[in-house]
Amino acid sequence: MSESTIQIALVLPDLLGTYGDFGNAVVLEKRMAWRGIKAEIVPINYGEPVPDSCDIYVVGGGEDTAQTLAVKHLREHPGLQRAVTKNAVVLGVCAGIQIFGESFTRADNITHPGMGLIDSTSHAGGSRAIGEVLAEPANGLFEGVLTGFENHQGRTVLGPSAQPLAHVKVGTGNDGSVEGAVQGRIVCTYLHGPVLPRNPQLADMLIEWATGTKVAPLDLPAVTAMRAERVRAAS
Amino acid sequence: MTARKGQWCHTGSIAGVNDSPARLPLRTAAAVKLGNLSSTLSQKMGLGAGGMIGGRVALKLDPQALNRLTQGRKVAVVTGTNGKTTSTMMLARAVAALGEVATNHSGANMPDGHVTALSKQPDAPFAVLECDEGYFPAVAGASHPAVAVILNLSRDQLDRVGEVRTIERSLRDAISGLQNCTIVANCDDVMVTSAAWNASKVIWVATGTGWHHDSASCPRCGNPIRWQGEHWHCTGCDLARPHPNWITADEAMITPEHQKLELRLTLPGKFNQANAVMASAAAHAMGVPTEEAVARLRGVSNVSGRYRTIHRNGRSARLLLSKNPAGWSETLTVVKEANHPAVLVINAQEADGRDLSWLWDVPFERLQGRTVIASGERATDLAVRLTYAEVEHTIVPDPLKAIDQMPPGAVEVIANYTAFRDLNARAAADE
Repeated sequence: MSESTIQIALVLPDLLGTYGDFGNAVVLEKRMAWRGIKAEIVPINYGEPVPDSCDIYVVGGGEDTAQTLAVKHLREHPGLQRAVTKNAVVLGVCAGIQIFGESFTRADNITHPGMGLIDSTSHAGGSRAIGEVLAEPANGLFEGVLTGFENHQGRTVLGPSAQPLAHVKVGTGNDGSVEGAVQGRIVCTYLHGPVLPRNPQLADMLIEWATGTKVAPLDLPAVTAMRAERVRAAS
Repeated sequence: MTARKGQWCHTGSIAGVNDSPARLPLRTAAAVKLGNLSSTLSQKMGLGAGGMIGGRVALKLDPQALNRLTQGRKVAVVTGTNGKTTSTMMLARAVAALGEVATNHSGANMPDGHVTALSKQPDAPFAVLECDEGYFPAVAGASHPAVAVILNLSRDQLDRVGEVRTIERSLRDAISGLQNCTIVANCDDVMVTSAAWNASKVIWVATGTGWHHDSASCPRCGNPIRWQGEHWHCTGCDLARPHPNWITADEAMITPEHQKLELRLTLPGKFNQANAVMASAAAHAMGVPTEEAVARLRGVSNVSGRYRTIHRNGRSARLLLSKNPAGWSETLTVVKEANHPAVLVINAQEADGRDLSWLWDVPFERLQGRTVIASGERATDLAVRLTYAEVEHTIVPDPLKAIDQMPPGAVEVIANYTAFRDLNARAAADE
């Protein structure tokens, strides 16, 4: 195992922290720490430059005005974009999937430029998608069903360079059929819960990408029990 | 009518209050009668507390019932994310110095609850109504309040209530349409300040609100909000912390006349001090002398079961209600002082919000080293959160059984909305 500390950048938690997605960073940190991998969370607040040296970047969901301010900041301080060219691992949730794309169009029909990190566009859907989601991971990315809670009005269309993260069984996801996006080492999803406490297999996939090492299984009975409950409740 | 008269403590006329509430039109009177009957039936048949059904029936029969039942009364409406029930009770106690007060208890804070409460006390010249923030525009529009209290706004049940900014916007629009209404607003809350900013008459109260996680960007222009100590301002428009008229100090308050009054509340916690100062400022606006208001609200000790202690098999369990991250954050501060074992009870029914993502916004890490039991219908979701917070715990879904499994002595029980409601009802039945 590498001696260096894996740095998890928590991107703009003051703007994109409305839906508890901070938990994704905690889960990554603890699952590494419990396996003897040194890891730390580096919060990057609004107004601070975005470093390009972190190993994993975690971006959460936020309200519309906060999202606009966040994308402005991330374009002015393009550390995250530079990190992507250096193969950093990125998780974008909800607002994340919208701002990482080429553009996103709000309910007021105004189109905002995205960060162009994934081949996708987002627009406002007719109704808000709210509820439990179950989806089957695409391309055998990881094992077990993807579970989460969605609460968004955006609908996302993927271009040819982006692959879906999963195929929707229950809920809406991007468009009622596929959920999330994967492009290189960027993973996006509409799912809260947050998504990594709900899906430890996805968390470990991101950890393996970041460390370049296969990790040993971690038996957390509470997580197993909660997943089973949520899958049952959604089915 | 005669019962009320004896309770008038202050001689002379009170602005905005007629000698008696307006006579009800026949339709409303009939609606009220049938509504009251349904409440009584509901209670007698053990179907409910009767807090809403009467109003629901009355509103069906007369959709204008809320408007008609508030005519001729001096009304205060209390809204916000946290502290509504407590502040309403405090304000109602204080306003009772002036005469009989109709008020809705136990969180029945939508129009049917208001109509039920008003129907039961048709002659009370004052009304103090707790109002769900989503219903504030409709209720304030119908009841023409003399005073509206806006406590705080933070993330709460995002899947059901929606985002904070949407609520702020609807309160802002509603407030700008109110006439002859004094707004009592918390100037340490950016969202509340924005909602009350354009009102013609505002009394600003500094409460020391600690939760700023929903106001990094301005609700009016989207630019960042900058904080310097207690002062804050928007970097893009003129929204800024107004100069407070009332200030919450340590266990005390400072009045607009710069008088310092000790609070000496029965209820614990800084947030209840904030509630008390908001209630005092509102009571003052309703015409209650401040010292009398404070003396009255000091006595509030048990708010619909909140803060009460139940005794079971050698355990003294204090019941605390917390519904959202800001509320939990405050409550964890209250229970910090003594290192008592804690039972945490989480449900996710519709009234709680189905999405439990917010558990990750609560600093449960503060409970490390304590004896903790995860309880409630969603105990396993909580257990996952506690696992990652490295808080050792066991899972006992039934909260009463969880209390029984704690070592004898003091136990803190913190529960969210329906979990608290159900636990409180079962505990009351056991007593």
